[in-house]
Amino acid sequence: MAARKITTPLTDVVVRDLKAGDAVQITGVIYQARDAAHKKLVALIEAGEELPFELEGAVVYYMGPSPAKPGNVIGSAGPTTSGRMDAYAPLLMKHGLKGMVGKGLRTQEVKDAMREHTAVYFAATGGAGALLAKCIVGNEVIAWPELGAEAVARLEVNSFPAIVVNDCHGGDLYEEGRKQYAKIV
Amino acid sequence: MPVRKLDVREVTAAVKAMCITANYDLPADVYDALVKAKEAEESPVGREVLGQLVENADIAAADRVPICQDTGFAVIFADVGQDVHLVGGSFDAAVNEGVRQGYGDGYLRKSVAEEPAHARRNTRDNTPAILHTGIVPGDKVRLTLMAKGGGAENMSSLNMLKPSEGWAGMVDAVVDTVSRAGSNPCPPVIIGVGIGGTIDMVTLLAKKALLRDIGSTHPDARLAGMEAELLEKINALGIGPQGLGGSTTALAVFIEEMPCHIASMPVAVNVQCHAQRHKTVEL
Repeated sequence: MAARKITTPLTDVVVRDLKAGDAVQITGVIYQARDAAHKKLVALIEAGEELPFELEGAVVYYMGPSPAKPGNVIGSAGPTTSGRMDAYAPLLMKHGLKGMVGKGLRTQEVKDAMREHTAVYFAATGGAGALLAKCIVGNEVIAWPELGAEAVARLEVNSFPAIVVNDCHGGDLYEEGRKQYAKIV
Repeated sequence: MPVRKLDVREVTAAVKAMCITANYDLPADVYDALVKAKEAEESPVGREVLGQLVENADIAAADRVPICQDTGFAVIFADVGQDVHLVGGSFDAAVNEGVRQGYGDGYLRKSVAEEPAHARRNTRDNTPAILHTGIVPGDKVRLTLMAKGGGAENMSSLNMLKPSEGWAGMVDAVVDTVSRAGSNPCPPVIIGVGIGGTIDMVTLLAKKALLRDIGSTHPDARLAGMEAELLEKINALGIGPQGLGGSTTALAVFIEEMPCHIASMPVAVNVQCHAQRHKTVEL
């Protein structure tokens, strides 16, 4: 598969050009955040307080790594199930979030928010944490270190492989791919 | 028969080693199944994903790092021989100490939250383990560890069917569970099916079913046929590797059954991601 190279932060122009099924390689800064961090991010937004990173154009990676061995940038670092962040994602998109990297199904509400706010959802390969860690070249915890694997980290990625699942035009690779290969038995 | 003494420190050491090796080294049967699936998969994207999973297993084994960052809840099955006298401390504490050391020294993620009803505080050492202890004949202790990830476990189901629903109802329950799970449990999955017993036993049967080697056939020909039928129906869903579409949704379906109440037809489906990490030792 020929992968399209994209860099972060993402712009509306780039997001509009991405279609469900496109393979991409992401280079630049992405932010690690999963369950507990999302709860705190949304609480900050609702309180009108400053976030630990600039949300405009940002890409979040739903991931909680294993501990890094000495000398390594990060431990294994594959995606976690995105659906648990569905309750928080629309508000983050409203405040500028442009990309989400994870795995698994999103709700209609999240897909609608992606259309409304021009955002994109990428799948990375779940269970390929050792392989994906090789594409992470920088890792700095920037908020809530007490959350351990659930802290927010600023990750520098180089040619991080992902596939567009939900684009901002309503395309959905999970639905389309499944229909294409379903058989009657 | 004389009683054999076994120091529980040996249990701790064995559990520690299993936690680490299970998380770094994908079992050969799973590895081979992924390689075969890559050859057979119809979708080009699916083949790419399966190729990544094989490469990932190679990297994890070579670099001694976890296959997946979700290094799991430590589920341990202990078959304790009735002619063994465990000495040197509490068996339960020894198992948990092994988990603590393995997840610490092995750079494995601590994924257990205590007080889930309110605080959800990480216990920071991946304890407590889920420990199933049985007493068996003999003077050995057999320990099996499964590192069970959360994403796939979340997609599992318990179905209390009516006996009149029969095999057709059971097929629907299993296929529907996998269908609804879609891309969430990191397909290709392995499906453990428990049939019979009570709600506690049927889920345990489903989990134990996951310990079978891929490629093994159920000794009961009727159940072997049912496993093949379920696998075909699941792979016809089109979900494919990582849910991106394809012909490989499951690598295997394993059934375990036991007697049940005349009023009941319990069916449990334990969903396992492709990173089926488990180890067994005998002490």
